[in-house]
Amino acid sequence: MMTTPQETLAIFASIGAALVLASVVGFLLKKRGTPDQPHGAIDNLNARIRAWWVMVLVIGLAFVFGRAGVIVLFLFVSFFALREFMSLTYTRRGDHDALATSFFIVLPLQYWFVWIGWYGLYSIFIPVYAFLVLPILSALSGDTMRFLERAAKVQWGLMVCVFCISHVPALLTLNIPGFEGRNLLLIVFLVLVVQSSDVLQYIWGKLFGRHNIAPDVSPSKTLEGLIGGVASATAIGAALWWITPFSPWQSALIALAINVMGFLGGLVMSAIKRDRGVKDWGDMIEGHGGMLDRLDSVVFAAPVFFHIIRYWWT
Amino acid sequence: MMIDALGSRVLCGFVKALTGARVRWLGCPPAATQRVYYANHTSHGDFALLWACLPPDLRSRTRPVAGADYWGEPGIKSYIANHLIRAVLIERGGGTRTENPIRPMIEAVESGDSLIVFPEGTRNMTDEPLLPFKSGIYHLARSCPQVDFVPVWIENSRRVMPKGRFVPIPLLCTLSVGAPLRIEPDEDKATFVERSRNALLSLMPALH
Repeated sequence: MMTTPQETLAIFASIGAALVLASVVGFLLKKRGTPDQPHGAIDNLNARIRAWWVMVLVIGLAFVFGRAGVIVLFLFVSFFALREFMSLTYTRRGDHDALATSFFIVLPLQYWFVWIGWYGLYSIFIPVYAFLVLPILSALSGDTMRFLERAAKVQWGLMVCVFCISHVPALLTLNIPGFEGRNLLLIVFLVLVVQSSDVLQYIWGKLFGRHNIAPDVSPSKTLEGLIGGVASATAIGAALWWITPFSPWQSALIALAINVMGFLGGLVMSAIKRDRGVKDWGDMIEGHGGMLDRLDSVVFAAPVFFHIIRYWWT
Repeated sequence: MMIDALGSRVLCGFVKALTGARVRWLGCPPAATQRVYYANHTSHGDFALLWACLPPDLRSRTRPVAGADYWGEPGIKSYIANHLIRAVLIERGGGTRTENPIRPMIEAVESGDSLIVFPEGTRNMTDEPLLPFKSGIYHLARSCPQVDFVPVWIENSRRVMPKGRFVPIPLLCTLSVGAPLRIEPDEDKATFVERSRNALLSLMPALH
């Protein structure tokens, strides 16, 4: 898998440079203000930048180990995401077997199928087989209270946290003529474009945000942030065409598609959080919230990105 | 001793990794003053969870109170309770018990230790958030009026390992620590029991 060290190194060096720049800006902002006083927005910005360093280092480490490293990394990402999702979800004692099966059988099996590249199974395993078996386990427990709601929540958790996220490492299983051995760069493209869209939406929104798009769901999302963020992240996607099998305009269109999906995914996940009365899914990533807070956009973008490539490029 | 200390650290690490436990010190800081932490009880693992979540310097001086009928059974359970967690084991079960169950707790407090107690007296298996308290918390408070009673709401541990299941689910548990309270000189049993119970209930997150 690691036959493209120059491109990968170039990308990681650029990200490193961007993070150094961000760290310097964060440091200067903190110094310009009152360094000893806590300042909500600036401290949060610096916490986010520190967390980015950690996240980039973890992803970089996984890349060193190639396909195995990436699959293990996303297996753990799914695990932490599923744990956050289920912790905030109403289930009952009767769901114990379904939950245990989700965590200890469905999740590892899904990643096993990705590892062996069995597309025919990993693309239907959770939507079909988990969908049928898990409510059977809950029904066998005999507890009918709010049954449909409980079954739906377990299935939703698996779809979001395991099925969708597993489509990121599944990009490694695609066989693209003329692009052999470079599939890791597809993951770089997806994660970089969608995450920079998140960051740029945040920055554009902070600087120019006036009009709330969905004040009832997510008060921080503004029209200005959306347009500015998606447009600039789409430009980044177009500029990255050289690491992909796409032409520049294809690259821009695909970046636009995954940025829009990412934005809407964030909206859906915010709606769930709002319904549960919480601001964040967890607190494992300092300044960002939980794993799902950082990944909500990737969750919705990954399957679409995967199928666009699978349909037109393989 | 070395092995016990090591086992104790391993157990702590395991409990924290499994439950992803986080503690919100809402009503007081994690100070090393003598306290009686009292919590809701839904799982056999509760006392290990609360104990593991205390900072190490507090943990070494804090002893959970647990039922001798379950944790006193010879074997791994008794080893964990006696050697790793240094639990205060008490006899439960009303008429059959021979010893005043409050006595060992008072002795532990007199020797300077903090306690972890579960005033419901048994695990809550119902859909109610919190069972009525037994009178034990009042008798303990009456005997140790100078000790702070600190409510701790444990969220989710019931779902990690419900009764009759052996595979724990790695859900995140949250512990919310409230403000300390002490018994008033002239406070009667019903008032103190109700007041301490309401203090604990007020920490319950509105997620249900």
